[in-house]
Amino acid sequence: MTTGRSTPWKLLALVVGMFGFGFALVPMYDMLCEVTGLGGRTGDLYVYDPAKVSPDESRLVKVTFLTNVNDGMTWEFRSEQGSVRVHPGELSEAKFFVRNTTDRVMVAQAVPSLAPGSAAEYFHKTECFCFTRQVLEPGQSLEMPMRFFVSPDLPRGQDSISLSYTLFDVTQLAADGQIATGA
Amino acid sequence: MNLLMRVLVGVSIAGCASGVWADDLNLTPGATAISHDQYGLHMLVLYICIAIGIVVFSVMGYSMYTHRKSQGAVAAHFHDNTRLEILWTIIPALILVGMAYPATVTLIKMYDTGGEDLIVEVRGYQWKWQYKYLDEDHKNALSFFSNLSTSQDEIHNRAPKGEFYLLEVDKPLVIPTKKKVRFLITGNDVIHAFSVPDFGIKRDAIPGILNDVWAYVDEPGVYRGQCSELCGKDHGFMPIVVNAVPEDEYNTWYAKEQAAYAEREKMASQTFTAEQLMTLGEQVYTTNCVACHQANGQGVPPVFPALAGSKIATGDRAEHIHRVYSGVAGTAMQAFGTQLNAAEIAAVVHYERHSWGNNANDVTQPIDVLNLVSAQ
Amino acid sequence: MSAVIEHHDDHGDHDHGPAKGITRWLFTTNHKDIGTLYLWFSFTMFLIGGCLALVIRAELFQPGLQFVDPAFFNQMTTNHGLIMVFGAIMPAMVGLANWLIPMMIGAPDMALPRLNNLSFWILPFAFGLLISTLFMEGGGPNFGWTFYAPLSTTYAPSTVTFFIFGVHMMGASSIMGSINIIATILNMRAPGMTLMKMPLFVWTWLITAYLLLAVMPVLAGVVTMMLFDVHFHTSFFNAAGGGDPVMFQHIFWFFGHPEVYIMILPAFGVVSQIIPTFARKPLFGYDSMVYAVASIAFLSFIVWAHHMFTVGMPLAGQLFFMYATMLIAVPTGVKVFNWVATMWRGSMTFETPMLFSIAFVILFTIGGFSGLMLAMTPVDFRYQDTYFVVAHFHYVLVPGSLFGIIAAVYYWLPKWCGRMYDESLGKLHFWLSFIGVNVTFFPQHFSGLAGMPRRVPDYALQFADFNMLSSIGAFIFGFSQVFFLFVVIKTIRSGKPATARVWDGAHGLEWTVPSPAPYHTFTHPPVVTEAEAHS
Repeated sequence: MTTGRSTPWKLLALVVGMFGFGFALVPMYDMLCEVTGLGGRTGDLYVYDPAKVSPDESRLVKVTFLTNVNDGMTWEFRSEQGSVRVHPGELSEAKFFVRNTTDRVMVAQAVPSLAPGSAAEYFHKTECFCFTRQVLEPGQSLEMPMRFFVSPDLPRGQDSISLSYTLFDVTQLAADGQIATGA
Repeated sequence: MNLLMRVLVGVSIAGCASGVWADDLNLTPGATAISHDQYGLHMLVLYICIAIGIVVFSVMGYSMYTHRKSQGAVAAHFHDNTRLEILWTIIPALILVGMAYPATVTLIKMYDTGGEDLIVEVRGYQWKWQYKYLDEDHKNALSFFSNLSTSQDEIHNRAPKGEFYLLEVDKPLVIPTKKKVRFLITGNDVIHAFSVPDFGIKRDAIPGILNDVWAYVDEPGVYRGQCSELCGKDHGFMPIVVNAVPEDEYNTWYAKEQAAYAEREKMASQTFTAEQLMTLGEQVYTTNCVACHQANGQGVPPVFPALAGSKIATGDRAEHIHRVYSGVAGTAMQAFGTQLNAAEIAAVVHYERHSWGNNANDVTQPIDVLNLVSAQ
Repeated sequence: MSAVIEHHDDHGDHDHGPAKGITRWLFTTNHKDIGTLYLWFSFTMFLIGGCLALVIRAELFQPGLQFVDPAFFNQMTTNHGLIMVFGAIMPAMVGLANWLIPMMIGAPDMALPRLNNLSFWILPFAFGLLISTLFMEGGGPNFGWTFYAPLSTTYAPSTVTFFIFGVHMMGASSIMGSINIIATILNMRAPGMTLMKMPLFVWTWLITAYLLLAVMPVLAGVVTMMLFDVHFHTSFFNAAGGGDPVMFQHIFWFFGHPEVYIMILPAFGVVSQIIPTFARKPLFGYDSMVYAVASIAFLSFIVWAHHMFTVGMPLAGQLFFMYATMLIAVPTGVKVFNWVATMWRGSMTFETPMLFSIAFVILFTIGGFSGLMLAMTPVDFRYQDTYFVVAHFHYVLVPGSLFGIIAAVYYWLPKWCGRMYDESLGKLHFWLSFIGVNVTFFPQHFSGLAGMPRRVPDYALQFADFNMLSSIGAFIFGFSQVFFLFVVIKTIRSGKPATARVWDGAHGLEWTVPSPAPYHTFTHPPVVTEAEAHS
């Protein structure tokens, strides 16, 4: 039976395909996150065009900033404002302060996350320290700006957004060359 | 047997649709509108399941009793019945729609994203919770850790267990009643889950990711929950206790806590006697270190090293302070520099260097910690 | 029917018996030998996994820490899960497939006999590797059988690498086994054995094998990513490097949910063989049974995130996974109704296989009910990660999959070894198991509803009564399985000779060969008569 002989090979091809599919899930998942704000993922750098965005002066949205350092990090990291109230469509700036409290040069990566996740697609950053890594000398401190605006398309009734930045220690990852030291 | 009776009573009461169960047999209706909805849904599905179960198992039981060879039953030969098969596909589908509708309504309610009266950040650590109160005016922020307060003696059966064994903490989360409180949940190391059953809340605390849930509590009370995602060794020992109090009581508590916090920060500029350091150090050690390094300093090698006689706890003090302050990456040893103030770190270092036979013969003051940190 | 073992004289010089000594088992390519190896291996793993479960239940007998420390407790829960899922249930199902599929479809052996040998002999090494980690410095895997990152990556004990290789080997074994089973079923059926005449056990395994081929490579992928994260500093699941720990859960459960059906579908098949035999009546709704299994298999690919309702998903996602999950109740209900209808107006007797099958239908249905409750997202926020979940999946796995396997062993054991088991011992085993399993797992519903989290070595005082009851049940259940071993050994050594048909209501090609089944069967394709086709 010629069909019989080919069955195992066809099945093996299915196996190889599914192994590949497992890895293909990684970029697919990333895309899904970017599109739907799954996991509170915020988008990449956004270009603000004042001609296209008309601020909605009729309402205010509260944006609360949360700052944390992850396990193994001892840097001082805080938001200068705590929270701000902005009109949707209006470009705003928030400042963050960071200081390396250790005795060695460290590389940090800020990971943003936004709650509720359904608001992530309406939150745009035109400038953010989270797009690059921070390399700080021992004791060095830095004022880091973040410019953003909330899209006027944000559904009404949603008047509070929380944005968290968590600093991760990526000194080892940077040294391994697995990610480029951007700074 | 008392237990058996309770089970029987519980099950039979459930059967007569009165909906009253003993507390430890069923979900509690809880303290929020959402948790009441959940309870209602739970009972609805439970009764549907019981009803279907009764029908199916009765038919089965009747058949097993009647259609027995020993009763002289002769086997029929039918092997399908299209009408019947269509019927028992469609009827369950309709029942499911009846269940899905109220579930959807409740879920949409839970996803309400409207504004809140208070934001509390909840951060899971191995193995404790940190609560941060976020005010618009950043100066008012308050942050503290909440640790299991059940003693190791109770856990190891050397002392009688108290009423709230494993469900009690040194500092509970305090929230005002009749206010919409939003919990922003995240994790510091591995994934934990913040759960308060009476509020109908359970959400994972994931490092780097912010999750949000909210609660509007009507009645003052003490509400208890436990970490609900395996997070390592002491996953079973990081309870959540929420104290819901009327607003004015909440405000008093908040002001007092802030004052206490400021007072604690002042300690960093003081100088202590060796005795004071030992006393404070023991407190800090019992709260933060004892789960891994054990009360006798012997640890659980090789994962949790012994401190008694250890090179670090008897050797270079700067290295010792550094370990406590910065932690050891990739292990359960956290960077306590972000959790304790300079006085607490100095005290615990001093305590570790002078306990369980260790005798480093030095005195560690808050200023030593601060110098080491700012020297850089 | 004659009880005398007939010697095959119809295929001359091809006929040869098994090799002698240990080489018979090491180098065998005979489907019956390999089936036997799988079944004994799985029983060994079942006892080891059971011992770990008893360590867990002993520690939970009373509040407080008595026997083990929490770190070791976590290794017990993790390895109990891994060993039972990958070492006990799955190999037992493959063992049944090896013994029965060729005999049921009238094939002389499996399509790829040497691959068959390899896929078995990988397993002892895989589990040797996994179990050896328990004795290594730092201890074995302690992150739960679901091994969520970053607990299983950044925070894992150093033995995680052995765990990863162990999983790779188990996966390779399952994949090879599945290719073999599909190739056998598709190509080696006797003339006249059309797909829709196949016994339901063969059907369920065909679908299961496809599920395995689809998801085991995904599991291999996810542990490979872990390996890279642990050793090569990639960041698949590490937020610091742009990864996402939640993605781990999505990929894991994309494997994990179909895995659940991989463990239960062949048991559906077994029960669909046994109930008609003892009801002396054809299976009700054969076609709808096949379609129900196929639709359950399809649905299993689109419901994975119901394991992750508390992870934080958009509303639309929660709703989708809730609806899809609830939908599974429809085909599952059809199967249960069909079994009941098969019993209806039959002429039933209640030998041990039938008792286990009836218990399967009842208790699996109870597990299905709790599954339906868990599917309701808003209430799942209360059930998630409590003992209610533990009760649910043990109800579908122990009186579900495991009872299916035990029923199969009692049902086909006379065919395998040519001897009848002792009916009263079998019934005693059944009642001990039935009582044990319910005393163990039913109270866990209550502790779960009252809020007891799973995977904890110690608990608050209000859960004490139910945990004590549960522990007592676990020891009853555990020791009754040692009794099962005794019953099986007694049967093999001194059971009464069995007839070829064994059960007077049995139909199917495997019952047309003598008992014990000769070393080689159907070297010439049999004639498939209407009487022996499906049921």
